[in-house]
Amino acid sequence: MNASPAPPPLVDILNLHMEFGSNAVLRDISLTIPRGQTLAIIGETGCGKTVLLKSIIGLIKPSRGRILFDGHDLSRLNDRELIRQRIRFGFLFQSAALFDSMTVGQNVAFPLRQHTTYADSKVQEMVLTRLAEVGLPDSVVTMKPAELSGGMRKRVGIARALVMDPELMVYDEPTTGLDPIVADVINELMIRSRQRSPVTSLVVTHDMRTARKVADRIVMLYPVSRLEPEQQQVIYDGSPEQLDQVSDSRVSQFVRGEAGERLMEMRKSAGAE
Amino acid sequence: MSIDLPFAGRRFSRPLASLYHWVADWGEVFIEALIAIGDLALFSWRAFIWLLTRWPRKETLLPNFYQVGVRSLPVVALTGTFIGMVLAVQSYFQFSQIGMETRLGAVINMSLVRELGPVLAATMLAGRVGSAIAAELGTMRVTEQIDALATLGANPVHYLVVPRLLACFIMIPTLTIMADYMGVVGGYFYGVIILGIDEYYYWYNSARFVGTWDLFYGVIKSLFFGAAIALISCHRGFRCGVGAEGVGRAATNAFVYSFVLILILDFMLGILMDNLYFAIWPEGVKLT
Repeated sequence: MNASPAPPPLVDILNLHMEFGSNAVLRDISLTIPRGQTLAIIGETGCGKTVLLKSIIGLIKPSRGRILFDGHDLSRLNDRELIRQRIRFGFLFQSAALFDSMTVGQNVAFPLRQHTTYADSKVQEMVLTRLAEVGLPDSVVTMKPAELSGGMRKRVGIARALVMDPELMVYDEPTTGLDPIVADVINELMIRSRQRSPVTSLVVTHDMRTARKVADRIVMLYPVSRLEPEQQQVIYDGSPEQLDQVSDSRVSQFVRGEAGERLMEMRKSAGAE
Repeated sequence: MSIDLPFAGRRFSRPLASLYHWVADWGEVFIEALIAIGDLALFSWRAFIWLLTRWPRKETLLPNFYQVGVRSLPVVALTGTFIGMVLAVQSYFQFSQIGMETRLGAVINMSLVRELGPVLAATMLAGRVGSAIAAELGTMRVTEQIDALATLGANPVHYLVVPRLLACFIMIPTLTIMADYMGVVGGYFYGVIILGIDEYYYWYNSARFVGTWDLFYGVIKSLFFGAAIALISCHRGFRCGVGAEGVGRAATNAFVYSFVLILILDFMLGILMDNLYFAIWPEGVKLT
């Protein structure tokens, strides 16, 4: 009996380049994300993590190269086909990006109202279930996002992103700006969402605790502006466990959170010397 | 003395260099304007395609109609009333000098329905509605709410632009009719009640000179003004720069660009519709 062929990766990035004017942010990135994997993309501010993430979900078109989501090149789809594919994503923005003109309940119900014909009672039930899963009581349903704390907004954002049972869940800096306990609550929620259904996850973060806790695989990007022309922008691609054995000082410096000579470099480039 | 310029390594004398910079600066302005106009054209095209292919939901449509129509009613009514009264104040003296004050009804009402009602109502609405649209969508842009809409499988142009376009396209002409009506009332109030012009001849001359075509003329123009205000304001909001400064600039630009386009459209539609009128009725027959 023949073994069934391995399923194709959910996301396949091929020689991706991203430039804004003369400023290159991503250079020749090639990555595949297999189904069911949780990939954390780490790197210092300005290395292109968020740009990579937004180009994966088709919010930004690549300057060169291709990004395939389940075999579809999102940059070549028309508006309607793009909508069909985007229903398969869940995206948690850094600021949660809740619609401030709507209540929490309307925010979480938004994808259901857009893409399903469920009765109001079923939508309401699904909203309450999703909010309960992220640890929010029924009483928040009628509140406006402005009335919530940062951690609560992030949790509403997770509930909204998960309500359509996405195949790919994307988190942009999920724990930035949160206290350590709330940050760990968000980490736990990311792990639980994966346990609940076989979702593929992509986490962009510079919080090493989050990366180590939730990821199966870590990819580290380095800013193009600090690279020599022949150097690769992906400076680490492996498991969280191997991260501490890496000899590349750029990786170990980031993992340990050491500034090294960076302040001196910054002062020099600012003309302070 | 010669100056290095980025032009195939050639060196230019000072007058030539300043000419070079002058051409380069204006060329840059021209190219940027061309890009912005092209971007607005593509944005408008996408909005019209969505408008023609999928009608927005009632929940997104009605709040916009309420915002643009109902909330603007007092300010538009006030604008219309004062235009009518000011026209009466400004023209009474000249007309009374030659004993033709009863013709004031024709002058006031003709100016109102053809020109001042539509243009000033649209200008007022560009300030009230256009700036509000640009600021709202601009805030949504900088807080990533527009990106969030896209990731939730809703097309931002369909969800945000089409309802606002429809609301402006339908409500701004409706408000223009309201401004015209209030202007007629304002002109009548000041001309007949305050200045004592003969009421019968005031209305007789109005009816004699102002025809159905004149009323349509103003309302048809306001359809274009409505669409222009909506598209420019939505476009400015969508292309908003970062931070509070970006939102402020988007709101200001929405008003300024809308106002400029209203004036340009007013001029071009004036020529076009006069030609159309004389093509259909060469003798100048009025649709009374």
